[in-house]
Amino acid sequence: MDQSYALGLEPYQTQEPDSACQRYAGGQDPYQGSAGGHGPCQPHEPGYGLCRPGYSPYDDQIPDPKSRMLAIQNAKAYLLKSSTTSGLNLYDHLANMLTKILDEQPTNAVDIIENISKDVKWAQFQKKMDTLRDQHEILPTFEAAEKRKSLFLKADGGDEELEEETGETPLPNVMETAFYFEQAGIGLSKDESFHIFLALKKLISVQPIQTCRFWGKILGLEMNYIIAEVQYREGEEDAEVEEEEGTEEGGKGMGEVEDKDEEKEEDEPPKSTYKPPPVIPKEENGTGANKYVYFVCNEPGKPWVKLPPLTPAQIVCARKIKKFFTGRLDAPVVSFPPFPGNEANYLRAQIARISAGTHISPIGFYQFAEEEGDEEEEAEGGRDTYEENPDFQPLSVAEMVDSLSAWVHHGQSILRQGRCVWLNPFQKSEEEEEEEEEEEEEEEKAEKPDELQQETGPPLLTPVSEDEGIQNIPAWTAQPSTNLIPQYAVAVLQSNRWPGAYAFASGKKFGNIYFGWGHKYSPENHTPALPPPAQAEYPSGPEITETRDPTLAEELAFQAAREEASAAAEEEEEDVAEDDEEEEDD
Amino acid sequence: TEEMVAQAERLRGRFQGDPAAEYACAQINAEDAERWFGEGKEPVIKEEARLVATIEQIDRAVGIVPRGAFVKTPLGSVRENRNFEGLSLTEAKKLSSYFHFTEPVNVKNKTLLEKADLDPSTDFLDSLEHDIPPGSWTVQLEKGGTVVVLRSLLWLGLTFYHVPMTKQYGYIYFGTGEKNLDLPFML
Repeated sequence: MDQSYALGLEPYQTQEPDSACQRYAGGQDPYQGSAGGHGPCQPHEPGYGLCRPGYSPYDDQIPDPKSRMLAIQNAKAYLLKSSTTSGLNLYDHLANMLTKILDEQPTNAVDIIENISKDVKWAQFQKKMDTLRDQHEILPTFEAAEKRKSLFLKADGGDEELEEETGETPLPNVMETAFYFEQAGIGLSKDESFHIFLALKKLISVQPIQTCRFWGKILGLEMNYIIAEVQYREGEEDAEVEEEEGTEEGGKGMGEVEDKDEEKEEDEPPKSTYKPPPVIPKEENGTGANKYVYFVCNEPGKPWVKLPPLTPAQIVCARKIKKFFTGRLDAPVVSFPPFPGNEANYLRAQIARISAGTHISPIGFYQFAEEEGDEEEEAEGGRDTYEENPDFQPLSVAEMVDSLSAWVHHGQSILRQGRCVWLNPFQKSEEEEEEEEEEEEEEEKAEKPDELQQETGPPLLTPVSEDEGIQNIPAWTAQPSTNLIPQYAVAVLQSNRWPGAYAFASGKKFGNIYFGWGHKYSPENHTPALPPPAQAEYPSGPEITETRDPTLAEELAFQAAREEASAAAEEEEEDVAEDDEEEEDD
Repeated sequence: TEEMVAQAERLRGRFQGDPAAEYACAQINAEDAERWFGEGKEPVIKEEARLVATIEQIDRAVGIVPRGAFVKTPLGSVRENRNFEGLSLTEAKKLSSYFHFTEPVNVKNKTLLEKADLDPSTDFLDSLEHDIPPGSWTVQLEKGGTVVVLRSLLWLGLTFYHVPMTKQYGYIYFGTGEKNLDLPFML
């Protein structure tokens, strides 16, 4: 029954109901009785229900049951027929659709029935029970945005902070500085500047900070560093200083124990007279090269990490090597001469060098604090401190650009020793320092294994025009930001010794910043230091002398000579004694 | 021209900023000097020539494009691919999906096995993976992962950007115009 209908009902597969109707000759067709002979109504046509004879709602008479049964079966068979394109059949689809509608009971179901139909069809292709749950893929942008979100949240107690903020805030106006640098064509995008702004604000709320400045950005291989220069409020650093001293003392204790062990050995190889050059102590936190504390983070939104204070040995070594930063603070720095520390220390050393070399300000902005008794200190290392000049009169932009002497360094330069203030490492103790300094300067000419001369560097607040250039290149290049509109131009200085360091000045405002890889410029190629020649194992002297082993011929000759001598010396006992001594020497 | 490039490679030091500035080449062999100037005068190079040569060098050495941006037609000519939809995020993080936009040197040297995986219409250029020394490119995702930025360490200042899943890419150079010969020491 179904098959014949399958064949006969094929015309219904096509989209032309009218022609199908015509060709449909045999078989009982309950739909053919539709009015007008325009073909049986398709289910989607609005008059469908009305076209069916015998099924009208107004028909109470039950037609012949046998024919009615047959009609029902025909209808069902038609509905059950599966389509060739999708493998579904109308019966199941209608059943599913009605089930869904009755389950969900949407409002205005008749209006959205096409969508329901589409949804049901689509649902066919989805597995209902899947052991593998499709994990909702988190876009990396989403993750990054989450991190930054914390920046945008206001801290608790925002109302209270508003009152304090009317006073001096340590927070620098990063956007303003960014604007000025943008005039010169330097800077980060506005998005990033603002993120950095917020990150600095967060840093300030966490740490007790007196002044804060956005120092710059150093690029790295895997990640970049964003660096903030910070000065603590007075008295806040004591806790950390004590910890460091504790570890240093522990280290010295260990050294002493090891020395005692060596002395207990019986066979003493000749003691080496090598004394490692004395470790130059680092400068106190808050002075000299350690004047500022630096915080870094890889991206705004990540927590700020404090960089450790600087030791002079690190500066000396950093001058000799040239390495890229990887972006991870704990990465080892593999180099020769071996760098004492990991990437955090190397980063700190480079920051210190850049700050010392390129932090400049318009002349007159900073002046020396007036103190009594400055003269004695001047001989040592120059003045340490400066303060803002309340009477600062800014020079015009044209003057700032034309003469480099209108700018002065306010970053203290680092001596060759690695410190800003020279320290003689042979001093006995710090307490005697003041008394002995004058005496030691006289004693320097006395014999000492290492003579150290006092190193002096350019004093603070020297004009920039005295900077040495490299070969023919001047140390700084000055330009106004625009030649077209001189009244609003900003004076911009680029450093040629540290490419990436910029300074601007406009009226009373000025700023320094660094964007770059963190290396000094050198026109020649970098040649790493050669390893030093191998040291002699022990000093040659009359007691121990290294000579070549005697060859066989020499030994035989010596033996022959000895026998002759011993034969000749049987009578003379003194000669035998001398021969014994000679034998021992072999 | 090739001569200009060869000459410019010997020069060191910064550009002056004045296109007419002249450099004296101090390191040229005696033969070359005789060839060019029989009078015994030292050959000079104008800065504009040096500039052109440097640009050419940079383009040749580190000018890069993403894979699929250019296709080679069966006739041999290279065209821009109008259907290029951008690299996916995972592809964009790999160095192998970027090519040098110059005459390929290494493509023919690959083994047959590797060649079977390649698609000749898009993989006809040198990939960045085999650059010497390895690690001379840094790949970073910026702006929350929406932009991938490659920076060259050989020519410090060359930056290439690409927004994944879009057609946008490009490279630009900001810098002093000097090759970083210390690269092996710095890695």
